[in-house]
Amino acid sequence: MPLSAVKAEALGARVEGLSLPRGGWLGLAREAAAARLAAMGMPSRRDEYWRYTDPSRLIAARPARAPAFDVRDEPPVFDEIDQVKIVFVDGVFDPEASDDLILAGVEIDRLASAVATDIHWARDIYGVLEARGQEPVARPLAALCSAYATDGVLIRVTGQAKQSISLIYRHESESSDAILQHCIKLEPGTQLTLLESGPGAARFTTGLEVEIGEGAAFHHVRAQGRDQQRTTATHIFARIAAGGLFKSFTLTANGLLTRNEAVIELVGNEARAHIAGAAVGDGAFHQDDTIFVIHAAERCESRQVFKKVLKNGAVGVFQGKILVKRGAQKTDGYQISQSLLLDEDSQFLAKPELEIYADDVKCSHGSTSGALDETALFYLRSRGVPRAAAQSLLVLAFLAEAIAEIEDPTIAEDIRLRLEGWLVRHAAKG
Amino acid sequence: MLEINNLHVKLEEEGKEILRGVDLKIGSGEVHAIMGPNGSGKSTLSYVLAGRDGYTVTEGSARLEGEELLAMEPEERASAGLFLAFQYPVEIPGVGNMTFLRTAVNAQRKARGEPEMSAGDFLKVVRAKAKDLKIDADMLKRPVNVGFSGGEKKRNEILQVAMLEPKMCILDETDSGLDVDAMKLVADGVNALRGAGRSFLVITHYQRLLDHVKPDFVHIMAAGRIIRSGGPDLALEVENNGYADLLAEAE
Repeated sequence: MPLSAVKAEALGARVEGLSLPRGGWLGLAREAAAARLAAMGMPSRRDEYWRYTDPSRLIAARPARAPAFDVRDEPPVFDEIDQVKIVFVDGVFDPEASDDLILAGVEIDRLASAVATDIHWARDIYGVLEARGQEPVARPLAALCSAYATDGVLIRVTGQAKQSISLIYRHESESSDAILQHCIKLEPGTQLTLLESGPGAARFTTGLEVEIGEGAAFHHVRAQGRDQQRTTATHIFARIAAGGLFKSFTLTANGLLTRNEAVIELVGNEARAHIAGAAVGDGAFHQDDTIFVIHAAERCESRQVFKKVLKNGAVGVFQGKILVKRGAQKTDGYQISQSLLLDEDSQFLAKPELEIYADDVKCSHGSTSGALDETALFYLRSRGVPRAAAQSLLVLAFLAEAIAEIEDPTIAEDIRLRLEGWLVRHAAKG
Repeated sequence: MLEINNLHVKLEEEGKEILRGVDLKIGSGEVHAIMGPNGSGKSTLSYVLAGRDGYTVTEGSARLEGEELLAMEPEERASAGLFLAFQYPVEIPGVGNMTFLRTAVNAQRKARGEPEMSAGDFLKVVRAKAKDLKIDADMLKRPVNVGFSGGEKKRNEILQVAMLEPKMCILDETDSGLDVDAMKLVADGVNALRGAGRSFLVITHYQRLLDHVKPDFVHIMAAGRIIRSGGPDLALEVENNGYADLLAEAE
């Protein structure tokens, strides 16, 4: 069977039973996304873009069973942060568990209630940023979200949000298969911190489109839940106007398969985008960061900082690209991806890319893979620090550059403590 | 304090014998110096005592206050009161010097069943001790030894001695890579920590450090053995005549 037929067949199986709600601006956006999706089909291992990560679990007709994981050994994520909680259980909005969707300077709508209106600010964003992100590489799972999302939030920021908005994803059913799509618009000069936490569902497929106005600042920190068996595919599409700031950090601990994609476009002069991640995996763990940063304006700055700690056969993937378009002079682009392999069974696969069409730019990229520094380990032990604690200190030091990308010190400390806890728990298993 | 008997050590990988029957006895509060030409086994002796990987002890023992060191993990030796000041202190990017010091102090206290030091108390003590050693606050904030000059690294080792208060300190070529002023500063730090029953084993290639840190006993090491022991005058003899005469005499 030709590849296109395989992809079409896989798509048919994947969307069977999913509904494509009609009507209103959203119905049209969904239809357009479904058309894009039909043209692409589902991804295949034979696609260059999926060379290091097998998409079969993400495109299977039904998710593999993934029991929910009861976290009792640590406090809820971001507990210390002043936040408006929006809770989804297996991808379904839970009004009981959520706070009222009220925050000064911010409009929060659910996808479901936005359908009724003919005109909505999200029209210019929903499915639009995702569609722009389909070039030069097809991202069918992102189009799947735009077309078939069953829920999500639309957030428009018109002032300085006093509280963070916290999307909390709970996973209860071991066969849940959730598809969500969120849209965020920051008007010029505004700021918002968006938190996301939790595993979401047995299989969790999400899209997040963010439009950042002139001089606006968007901070995003995400902690993907500790469930062992879950599979996850996430997509971020961001467009940043002049002087705008986009900062995103993701912690991935555990999970059978996680693919985090991001397409970030710097379209106004002096815009900044920082995207970072810390991933820790032990055993059956495959985590993939696929990042595309596009410099389309002058004097913009971008940073990609990805660190992975892998043991017992865990696999880490990084595909990161910086594209500097013609005329994007004085670009400052930085990309680093590093892995710490705690044994010889683990793997790190990296494909860093630079594509530059302007002549006055500064771009650097580096990718390394290495073991723990035995000399440093001995030095610490010779001062009385037990082996496990010394290892954990060195691993946290390795991850520090990624964590440093989180601006809020309380959130950064929350993430650091979670990583420390993970290291303690996983040190015992050798 | 430290008693080494007939210590034989091989390199784990090559099987080459580096120490060939070292005997050494250091009493409480004493300062001993070991001198010797390159390749005589001085640094190996310090690493083996501290518990570094890569060496196999084939014979002999090393006891700290009667307890066998060679059976312990490196961290247990440290908690038992042994300290090795490294010839090349290790740089650890990403770990703050203050965090490192506090982790080490509290790990040792915990191992000995003592209460941990609070962050506030620790800060007060470390600041005072750093000041005595002319270590500025900036060095405490930076990652361990990263970007430190040779002198700063060695002073940082001495600060660790001051904070960890070991009973038995081994200084491995602490004078290497230091100019005279830096060496004097380090020596002053060591002298300030002498006494109170604390013993030192100073390993050095040259006599010059011993002008500043006056030893009670001097030992000459060659080809994995101590070939001669004596008082401070022995160091001067080496300085004047070199090792050649002593080596010839031993053979």
